[in-house]
Amino acid sequence: MMQVELTINGIRKTFETQPSETLLELLRRNGYTSVKFGCGEGACGACTVILNGHPVNSCLVLTGLADGKSVETLEGLGDQHKPHLLQEAFMETGAIQCGFCTPGMILATKALLDGNSRPSDEDIRRALDGNLCRCTGYEQIFDAVKAAARRLRAAKKPKASSK
Amino acid sequence: MKKQRLKEVSKGVRKVDALGLATGRALYTDDYAEPGMLHGKILRSPYANARITSIRTAKARALRGVEAVLTWRDLPRIPVTTAGQGYPEPSPYDKFILDKRVRFVGDEVAIVVARTERIAQKALELIEVDYEELEPVLDVRKALKKGAPLVHDEKECKVIIPIPYEPERNLVARVDASIGNVDKAYRACEHKVSGEFENHMSAHSAIEPHCSLSYLDPNGRLIIISTTQVPYHVRRIVALAMDIPVKKIRVIKPRLGGGFGGKQDIVLEPYVAAATLKTGKPVKIRMTREEVFVSSRTRHGMVTKIRMGADKAGNIKAIDLYALSNTGAYGNHGLTVACNVGMRTLVMFACPNMRFTSDVAYTNLPNAGAYRGYGGTQGILPTSGAIDILAEKLKMDPVDLLLKNIIKPGAEVPILNELGEGATTGSPRIGSFELAACLKTGAKAFGWKAKRRRPRDTGRFRRGVGMAPMIQGSSIPFIDMASAFIKMNDDGSFNLQMGATDIGQGSDTVLAQIAAEALTVKTSDIIVYSSDTDLTPFDVGAYASSTTYLSGRAVKKTAEKVKELILDVGAEMLKADRNRVRLEDGKVLAPGARSVSLQQVGTYSLYEKNQFQIAACESSFSEESPPPTAAHFVEIEMDVLTGKIRVLKYVQAVECGTPVNPVLAKGQVIGALVNGLSYALVEQYIFGPKGRLLNPNYDYFKIFCSRDIPDITTIFVPSYEDTGPFGAKSVGEVCINGPMPSIANAIYNAVGVRMRCAPFTPNRVLEALRKNGVT
Repeated sequence: MMQVELTINGIRKTFETQPSETLLELLRRNGYTSVKFGCGEGACGACTVILNGHPVNSCLVLTGLADGKSVETLEGLGDQHKPHLLQEAFMETGAIQCGFCTPGMILATKALLDGNSRPSDEDIRRALDGNLCRCTGYEQIFDAVKAAARRLRAAKKPKASSK
Repeated sequence: MKKQRLKEVSKGVRKVDALGLATGRALYTDDYAEPGMLHGKILRSPYANARITSIRTAKARALRGVEAVLTWRDLPRIPVTTAGQGYPEPSPYDKFILDKRVRFVGDEVAIVVARTERIAQKALELIEVDYEELEPVLDVRKALKKGAPLVHDEKECKVIIPIPYEPERNLVARVDASIGNVDKAYRACEHKVSGEFENHMSAHSAIEPHCSLSYLDPNGRLIIISTTQVPYHVRRIVALAMDIPVKKIRVIKPRLGGGFGGKQDIVLEPYVAAATLKTGKPVKIRMTREEVFVSSRTRHGMVTKIRMGADKAGNIKAIDLYALSNTGAYGNHGLTVACNVGMRTLVMFACPNMRFTSDVAYTNLPNAGAYRGYGGTQGILPTSGAIDILAEKLKMDPVDLLLKNIIKPGAEVPILNELGEGATTGSPRIGSFELAACLKTGAKAFGWKAKRRRPRDTGRFRRGVGMAPMIQGSSIPFIDMASAFIKMNDDGSFNLQMGATDIGQGSDTVLAQIAAEALTVKTSDIIVYSSDTDLTPFDVGAYASSTTYLSGRAVKKTAEKVKELILDVGAEMLKADRNRVRLEDGKVLAPGARSVSLQQVGTYSLYEKNQFQIAACESSFSEESPPPTAAHFVEIEMDVLTGKIRVLKYVQAVECGTPVNPVLAKGQVIGALVNGLSYALVEQYIFGPKGRLLNPNYDYFKIFCSRDIPDITTIFVPSYEDTGPFGAKSVGEVCINGPMPSIANAIYNAVGVRMRCAPFTPNRVLEALRKNGVT
């Protein structure tokens, strides 16, 4: 047994864990079930979380390696009461079919748009290439990312002028 | 039937489950946990064909945290089929949930149940099994030969309907259907084509791995939460396999992370059920990705042969199609996928002499099952290849050759009568059928004629174009049944409860739209719940492209019955003549501009006078299976130095009747297309010499990712299916069939090499180019 301290969605918490436990297992065990098990070998992206600002496959991160770091999961983005702009964009463009890859896709999109508010088509394809989707054929996901980028830019503008 | 002005149907409304999915709050099977839940793991065979001579579990059971180890001794010896079809199934009863014989590398040997997944995994290594290795049959071409090793020599194997089944020579099924006189007509043809083609096995690869959880409720009933497309079939098959009554079982399907046919087969449910019945405790089994690749199900690989002949003018006079299908170690969907090879090809031709024959064989390879496309994928490769070759012989454009030979809307299709799914087949008349419009619209949008006339490139990068037509069905006629239940609430909203199974394709939404349209309310006024064998009425489930069409008809019929009850109450409230009230925009209207809202009707019926629950349950039984149609056009660029194929442009024209939700319909056809592209170009199972799958992971079994997506244009060609709900037919499967044949034809167009064997991976392409002296 060992202890790790993680800041999950802005809240610092301490967890009991085993050296062999993955961040994916720890998160799911503690109720963060938006983080999905898809392959367990870092190839599908269903378990994507944002670790210290970078999207990672949480199935490949041992809990010890995440100690002291900040973890963002989809639970921290928006909820049923107040979904985030990114989530709205995914809902309206047909980007969600079964929804199993969606948490990872939205987090990969967030990581992209946090650093690039005007991504090109190529930027989007690159940013999402670690997140597999078998339902949509990706096209409507690309639409969602573009719509999200537009909305985020629009949402930032009035705030900037009011400051 | 006339086209109606539609308000909810034909709108791209947001998915009714979108909020939960977008916020990560929706629960999938693996997100459920019961207090004290144990974790199961399955020990799998390392041999393709072997007898278990001894199995010792004491060491595994002694491991701390292990609660039980189950082997064939712990289960009743009852043959079942895990195909997940309606009763009586057309697949052989050839599977024992645990057996002392194993038939492929990955077959089930034992179940371990432990406190954690890791302990269960560790315990698997402590089970001692002695195997007597038998020679396996790994090549379908050898499976039916005299003296081939037998996959099923046990005497209990059987079929429960009268269909050909000869396990004593590895024969799972046989099809022989024809009209006219094919041999005579073919001999008389001016232009003849014959050839052999081969398509490969592949994986559905839903991103959610199979998972099942079972537990006993306070009254001792077995509750199963599962990743299934067919809750009712799960209930029936688990009852049979575990020898317990159907009434003792409740199956719940939560959100599902994709199916594509791979979750129609009963993959895990009997195993968790057995473990719960043995321990009395909740048990969950979740497959690893490797297990999903090896031990869920695959697409049937087939060797196909075709002969096609035409007269001087290009009228096709004879088509003779044969398929040798590899169903792997168990006969799941063997007969029916084979039948569909003929059904999804021959039906589109107005040809008087046609024959489809097939042999379906066991091999000691992973078990094939239902997979989106279901025979259509396998059949279009040789058919479309033959059209391409024949067109060249006739000096015609393949699009023109097709336009000359395909059936017209309303046509009689006598071959349908011969190609049933092991039972009476549907009406031999086709209703809506706009394949001609798809061909013309698609060709125009693609710039087909100009691209096709372009002279062949000679450098390292060579472009080529190809096309293929395709059709599917909508439900299984005379077999499938769907039903729905609708009740009205006091605020004028409605609960819609259905056995129809939303597996991610959006059926909850599409069916809510159909209910809303019929009840003149908004889709947001319909509260959907699916599917739970205790709470929702029967539906065969999500397969055979049946949900929009068949479940949609059931929902519409149910809503119309509810509407009649609403009008009864409204007339009573308005003291109006029952024959002169009508429902419009959520109000019951009577002459003299008098009206009551649905909220008033709901409240009145539940609280005010002559109270009763406004509710109805209706069923729909299918007597036809109207085909959606599509035409695909592809432009590729081949690197003749590396064999790599790049798709430059793809145009698909699709006709599916009324698209109930155009946004979701677009997602269906693009998703199917991309799955088909991935199948044609990169996906393949690679087996070792003894039948072990060598690439059961995404590193070595590639599927398309965001960077592989070409420029795709999708066009919906208008049509209206009179028998469908608000003119709709199916759309989910058809477009997966197009990429493999279109690309094969484009390769020929680019370099003059006819590739008859998929997938078109760089090494295979390069080999073909070298063999033909291109490079």
